[in-house]
Amino acid sequence: MSARQIYLDNNATTPCDPRVVEEMLPYFYENPGNAASRNHPFGWTAEDAVEQARERIADLISVSPKEIIFTSGATESDNLALKGVFEMYSRKGDHIITLKTEHKAVLDACQHIEKKGGKVTYLDVNREGLVDLEKLENAITDETILVSVMWANNETGVIQPVKEIGEICAKHGVLFMSDATQAVGKIPVNPKEVGIHLMAFTAHKMYGPKGVGALFVNRKAPRVKVTAQIDGGGHERGMRSGTLNVPGIVGFGKAAEICKNEMEKEAVRLSRLRDKLETTLLNDLEEVYVNGSSEHRMPHVSNLSFKHVEGEGLMMTFNQEIALSSGSACTSASLEPSYVLIALGLGDDLAHSSLRFSLGRFTTEEDIDFTIEAIKKGVNHMRDLSPIWEMYKEGVDLESVQWQEH
Amino acid sequence: MAYSDKVIEHFKNPKNVGTLNKEEQNVGTGLVGAPECGDVMRLQIQVDSAGIIQDAKFKTFGCGSAIASSSLATEWLKGKSVDEAMKIDNMAIVEELALPPVKIHCSVLAEDAIKSAIEDYKKKNTQ
Repeated sequence: MSARQIYLDNNATTPCDPRVVEEMLPYFYENPGNAASRNHPFGWTAEDAVEQARERIADLISVSPKEIIFTSGATESDNLALKGVFEMYSRKGDHIITLKTEHKAVLDACQHIEKKGGKVTYLDVNREGLVDLEKLENAITDETILVSVMWANNETGVIQPVKEIGEICAKHGVLFMSDATQAVGKIPVNPKEVGIHLMAFTAHKMYGPKGVGALFVNRKAPRVKVTAQIDGGGHERGMRSGTLNVPGIVGFGKAAEICKNEMEKEAVRLSRLRDKLETTLLNDLEEVYVNGSSEHRMPHVSNLSFKHVEGEGLMMTFNQEIALSSGSACTSASLEPSYVLIALGLGDDLAHSSLRFSLGRFTTEEDIDFTIEAIKKGVNHMRDLSPIWEMYKEGVDLESVQWQEH
Repeated sequence: MAYSDKVIEHFKNPKNVGTLNKEEQNVGTGLVGAPECGDVMRLQIQVDSAGIIQDAKFKTFGCGSAIASSSLATEWLKGKSVDEAMKIDNMAIVEELALPPVKIHCSVLAEDAIKSAIEDYKKKNTQ
């Protein structure tokens, strides 16, 4: 590793805040208890720590601590919510509605449900990445039991109209689940206020440790139940068995407390830095496009396409210094470009040319200034190497070229 | 996945980047790939009267391995006869650059670009 390392991949995972780590440490050796051990002080100490964490997390999203179910992370929470509702409410119906731009944890769980005989509608989004509320309402049938729409998208940062979706779900008596992994701890999230009944989120996207997440499950009006997907001991009110990850949960709680106190100021700081990055690149380089709604968007995310430059190649010009993600196929295991960007109506070529910048608590103005210069240099270098940039500059209509697809 | 030193070297200091006049009789141009697939290579050769490749240039839209493959291809082409150049095999590129399996298609594209440039040259010079 070279001297300078700038981390702009906070939507993949965030560094654990040192204050979080400090709070966790006593729960590895000094307080090793199992929170389910009811008959000795080790167990009581662990249980107290877990319950304090549960309160802090509930407080961050303005729900009751009794409505927080601890899991191993957002993927498990998504699976528990979707499969758990599908099994629990099978007598009411078998239809689920979701979006094409959801996280794979939701989409793959939905595919599993389809294999089990369920029906799933995958709705398109518009150019901005937003759901069409009319189409959503029209998709609801007598068989619909659940609508699953993420709060904010991981690739574009686009925020869905959760309040309006909540109203539609309430009107039709359908449960509303939201994957809020990218939103909790960064913007105000209050599931009850918007009519969300189940909500998945995780510690490691909000400066907590990896390996611990939560599912909010609404307890009153309506009382929501999910069929457990992991059996053995009946922990977490029977919805998720398994010994609780006490140090992880303690860290999650501390992370939630810090976010609650600092989120508002932090969002202002990050959106200013993000806007500086974005406007400078848009002004100083030709043919740069913002992917997804600029208006309905998380404060710390910018997803840009640099036309006629391939994303992975571009990243290679600065990846010793700057860490970020691309929607290019070359960066994925599947060799397909980002399905999220494709769903926004981007051509494959622009999806291949995309970079996702996700800023975080430890991003400085100096980092952003350095990044701006590195990106400008990288894009110009790659365009000098790009035959399609040359053709574009010569006025060749690239649409009319007979490409040899392979 | 880390890149091999040779890929990084070709990526940082690509050899023979540029454009030859495709209208010239002794220049063959190959343009392969598609923007939708994430890689496009343009490889050009300039052949002397004895059938030896005097110069080769490339421009590539693609990942580091695609750029390295085309840079290496142009290096190998220079000084070879057209017939020798036809024998350049993608696996030789894979070996030289230590490309991982997911990047083998970059070497295939480079081989296609070489063949396509030679075909273009031959088509121009058959009469």
